[in-house]
Amino acid sequence: MLQRLLLCAAALAFVPTVHALDGETGVHDPATVTMDGGKYYTYGTGNGIPILTSDDGWTWRRAGSLMSAVPGGKAGPEVLALGGNNTWAPDVIHIGDKFFIYYSAPATQPRSAIGLLVGKTLDPSSPDYRWEDGGPVAWSDGVEDSNAIDPGVLLAPDGRLWMTYGSYFGYIRLVELDPKTGKRLDPHKAPINVAINSEASIPIYHDGWYYLLVTHGSCCQGANSTYNIRVGRSRKVTGPYLDNMGIDMLEGGGKLFAGSRGRHVGPGHFGLMDFGDGVQKFSLHYEADLDRGGISVLDIRPLLWRDGWPVAGDNLTAGTYSIESVRTGTVLELAVQGMPVGGFRMRRPPGPPQGPPQGPPREPQPGPPIPDQEAMQVSVNWPANAGVRLAPAMLQAQQKWSITPVANAGGYPGSPYFRIGIADTERSLTATAGGELTTAAFTGAAEQLWRIDQLTDGTYRIAPKAIPGTSEPLVLSAVGSSTPTLAKFDPASDRQRWVLGAP
Amino acid sequence: MKHSLIALSMCVALSIGAAAQAGEDAPRPAAKTLIAPKGATQKVDARGFIHRWLVLEPLPVSGRLTESAVEEAVQSAALPDPMDSLPVDGQTVTLGDTQLKWHALETLNYNLNLYHFAWPLSKPTSNVLFWVTTIVDSPQEMKDVRLAIGSNAASRWWLNGEPVVALDNDRQAVIDDGVSRRVTLQKGRNVIRAAIINGGGATDFCARFLDANDKPITGLTVTLAR
Repeated sequence: MLQRLLLCAAALAFVPTVHALDGETGVHDPATVTMDGGKYYTYGTGNGIPILTSDDGWTWRRAGSLMSAVPGGKAGPEVLALGGNNTWAPDVIHIGDKFFIYYSAPATQPRSAIGLLVGKTLDPSSPDYRWEDGGPVAWSDGVEDSNAIDPGVLLAPDGRLWMTYGSYFGYIRLVELDPKTGKRLDPHKAPINVAINSEASIPIYHDGWYYLLVTHGSCCQGANSTYNIRVGRSRKVTGPYLDNMGIDMLEGGGKLFAGSRGRHVGPGHFGLMDFGDGVQKFSLHYEADLDRGGISVLDIRPLLWRDGWPVAGDNLTAGTYSIESVRTGTVLELAVQGMPVGGFRMRRPPGPPQGPPQGPPREPQPGPPIPDQEAMQVSVNWPANAGVRLAPAMLQAQQKWSITPVANAGGYPGSPYFRIGIADTERSLTATAGGELTTAAFTGAAEQLWRIDQLTDGTYRIAPKAIPGTSEPLVLSAVGSSTPTLAKFDPASDRQRWVLGAP
Repeated sequence: MKHSLIALSMCVALSIGAAAQAGEDAPRPAAKTLIAPKGATQKVDARGFIHRWLVLEPLPVSGRLTESAVEEAVQSAALPDPMDSLPVDGQTVTLGDTQLKWHALETLNYNLNLYHFAWPLSKPTSNVLFWVTTIVDSPQEMKDVRLAIGSNAASRWWLNGEPVVALDNDRQAVIDDGVSRRVTLQKGRNVIRAAIINGGGATDFCARFLDANDKPITGLTVTLAR
């Protein structure tokens, strides 16, 4: 947060293209993407705290500013007295019938305050939409070893509400909040130091552990930013938070969670999105999206767990995949007679037995490389109409699925809908009435659009956008070793878990 | 079915040689896994498996197991009676110039071992097609159920005359390998018929019904009476 104001100006002038989310995704320091009334919302650094919203989690648009719905149009007087006029880096949480938004109100750093806003809905079009000033919940006086910005909140499984905050002026600190009011539970109780010299902290809970996500490195320099997300864990929310090497985050520890990759530089500001049923994602920003001129943008990515540590997943990209059932180990294929790759061959030449072998063992003689099998080589005998089934992986053309994003068809948090079709053909996976499957030429109909969510174990859940004749959400399922169908998702079963890999 | 057809052919040849040494006319002991049914009906077992079947003696076919070869074998071995009819124990049928007999069997295992069935009868077990059939009596109409089978090797299955499962290629009999689309079990009699095509080596099958949650249906009764 050393140069946030400069960056905010840059973030407002983005050019939307297709990559990390779609639409108006320019934002810096986004709040945890949160759902209300079927829509998604986040808030970022900037004048009045800009609002971004999405109907499906894929295509985003700007929706004004948060402070325009606050009495006086600005931070409350107590917040301004302890901090300043800037509005940065908010976080949001939904508890009961209330939403609490915590925002940074810095003056000249490290003098700053974190203010609270309380509302009933995130939807600006709702008649109940308004925000009440809840006053300051944490602050730094400009002298102490802390900078009260970048709040991150957690409602723990025991019902207690916690907030961490801080920046590169000393400690990341933890305070307890009142889950009924959102305010500081005991303003006179000293905050607890849990990490040092980082930003964008937020605690989360998973399977008996508290995890503290922070952002290391520098922000606000476009593609020269070194932001990267780090994590430590503790059995107690109050710490100590140690990384995978046992180094305390108070001494600079932190296991890498997400760094710069591909066309995205400087990931930061983790926010947990828990969809239940083994699907978790996280919101974040990149300091620079190279495909959008290097501006800061919002993204949503799968969250995986491996050996007790969170792992940043990647949204699926277009490619040719095998779709392997975790339940059976068999792969999805077009129900046609397969041909061996390279044609039928025998391990030994055909012919009558030659009698007892004589002499030294015959050494197998390698032949020329056998090229991959493509649909155009073998599809001449495929029937016009064919369903799908599961079969042992044989690298054959009817087992190679081209998964490609479909433009202008909407999406879901992190991704557009996909077409799943046999590579180099028009045969597309299609949901049918009765919850079964077939293939058909692609028309773009909802039953041919597929949502592919990566589960926390790294496997995938594959669901059609719609199924003719039913509104029940069903997903691709292996009902037996050879039979795919659509069925209700059971997170405790391997039936609906799929591995997408190179065919 | 772990070996190639060539290896299996060699094994068969070796077996034939061994049988010749032991005396081809020596009586073969009855299979320990198969008995004659006792009583008119039998419940499916605790895992839903059907134990009683009428099995036709094996008909020699090519033994090739591709989709087209299996379809060809089934067509060439077509039974003269409708798919939803039921023969009786001891009834004979002539397919081509081969006269074959139906046998009422009860398997003591979850699966019915067709090799155990054919070998004591001195019938071939490789490159053959077995017809099997049974009646499942349902206490009420059951919608969205599935017939779930495993077969060594390829197979075709019909429920009340409708084709519901098709498995091709050389394969083990794996529980729930082939599962039908959602079907309706009608109240009362439901006829299952199947053709099992074997290339070489062991051959067997198993079958049960799954409910809408893929759990085995255990409240069904099996009968071989018309």
